[in-house]
Amino acid sequence: MSFKIITKNLNLWYGGFHALKNINSGFEANRITAIIGPSGCGKSTMLRVFNRMNDLIDGVRTQGEVLIDRVNILDSGVDLVALRKKVGMVFQRPNPFPLSIYENIIFGEKIHGEHIIRDKLDEIVEKSLKDVLLWDELKDKLNEPALRLSLEQKQRLCIARLIAIRPDVLLMDEPCSTLDPQATARVEELMRELKNKYTIIIVTHNMQQAARVSDDTGFMLLGELVEFGRTDQVFKAPLDQRTEDYITGRYG
Amino acid sequence: MRNSHRTQNIAFFFLLLATLLIIIPVGLIVVVIIQKGLPAINWQFVSDIPRQGMRTGGIFPAIVGTFYLVSGAILFALPIGLLAAIYLSEYAKENLLTRIIKLAIVNLAGVPSVVYGLFGLALFVVFLKFGASILAGSLTLGIMILPVIITTSREALESVPQSFREVSLSLGASKWQTIRHIVLPNAIPGILTGTILGLGRAAGETAPILFTVAAFYLPRLPKSIFDQAMALPYHLYVISTQVPNVDEKIRYGTAFVLLTLVLFMNLVAIIIRTKFRKKKKW
Repeated sequence: MSFKIITKNLNLWYGGFHALKNINSGFEANRITAIIGPSGCGKSTMLRVFNRMNDLIDGVRTQGEVLIDRVNILDSGVDLVALRKKVGMVFQRPNPFPLSIYENIIFGEKIHGEHIIRDKLDEIVEKSLKDVLLWDELKDKLNEPALRLSLEQKQRLCIARLIAIRPDVLLMDEPCSTLDPQATARVEELMRELKNKYTIIIVTHNMQQAARVSDDTGFMLLGELVEFGRTDQVFKAPLDQRTEDYITGRYG
Repeated sequence: MRNSHRTQNIAFFFLLLATLLIIIPVGLIVVVIIQKGLPAINWQFVSDIPRQGMRTGGIFPAIVGTFYLVSGAILFALPIGLLAAIYLSEYAKENLLTRIIKLAIVNLAGVPSVVYGLFGLALFVVFLKFGASILAGSLTLGIMILPVIITTSREALESVPQSFREVSLSLGASKWQTIRHIVLPNAIPGILTGTILGLGRAAGETAPILFTVAAFYLPRLPKSIFDQAMALPYHLYVISTQVPNVDEKIRYGTAFVLLTLVLFMNLVAIIIRTKFRKKKKW
């Protein structure tokens, strides 16, 4: 079996706080992996290891290996720009820039592109918006401010902005937590479509969502990866007592 | 219930009173200056050199001088101040040293302007041998407004939501690209507010230019930045206290022109700010 992302004995400390404890896991390409667990269990921290966003926080120390396409991204020599182009992130709160819809999507191209051709930009915008199923709604108002969109549209736009830079991996940090149930269902539908092209890892504290949308599930508790396996198995026949307790709602 | 209602009314009364107390003096100053100064304003007054010991003629050299000095001060202070603000808000780590630096900058804003004047005299006029010149005066004014520009710019930069920086970095932008494309454009309105404040202060101060550039009476235009120049605030001081029998009309006229000049320069900044504010919404 070939894994897109592998973690080997991954440990992480915030100062003196041991936030990730000896995590060994493998994430397969073209599947959706959900990471579930109670607040503060380290699931968002783990997600932020994969694009090295934890580097922004003072006093973070990481140990172990994280291999993405067999390259250890924790090496000090890793090109963070290249890594983040490859491993993109969708945040909890939809956060488009205070720019137009068009400018939001071409942001990555503006940053990374050597010379920019208008036609090519138009093409990128159209394709990215089509991929997130927003094109028909927004094609006539590409120059309107992105902040005027609805929450769901904003979150879709953020996904479009991300896939415009053609990443391999999509990290999603509770992407639906600000959305209503209908919007959540539509974004989940979108995730199912996107997994044909990307490796998706989603952090969620909504267990129904994990059960609905994911192929694999990892359960984290107090910085430990307690259980990791096929979603069906994790939810129906968990191997660890703590997983069962959490899934059946005994704590968390 | 009735009691809390009465408390609210009393509070409201005092809040209104405080606001009026601020507005009334400002309004009065403007009204008096317009009332007494406007009659002096004509084409000759703003375009001619002072004549007969500054008792007639115009104030054109002083207008030009002030315009040069303020432009020079902004040209010097805005880039340096902005770069310092970017460093402090985006790059510097929060530690004792940066806290001391920030505190020092805030305190510099409170240093009396005459001290800046003496400093300018010692450093630019004497030590660097610029002499009493537009260059020395501009630099002195620039240093005086630096703290205002740094502090307001830093606040403007820091008010840009952290999440914008995060997303930008997560999309593979470098730190500088994030600052250049995301942070700065969103901070421009606040930076311009600082510039406006600095501009007004630079135009109005007398003490910093007293020893560094201002000419008592110089009925011609400066030819280079190494020339002395007249300036409106100093000219106003001179014709109000040093030259006897100057018509009140001319004094208030000069004040009116100074006020208008500052207003005009502010207007430019305000227009740019409004243009940028329209784009910014979060």
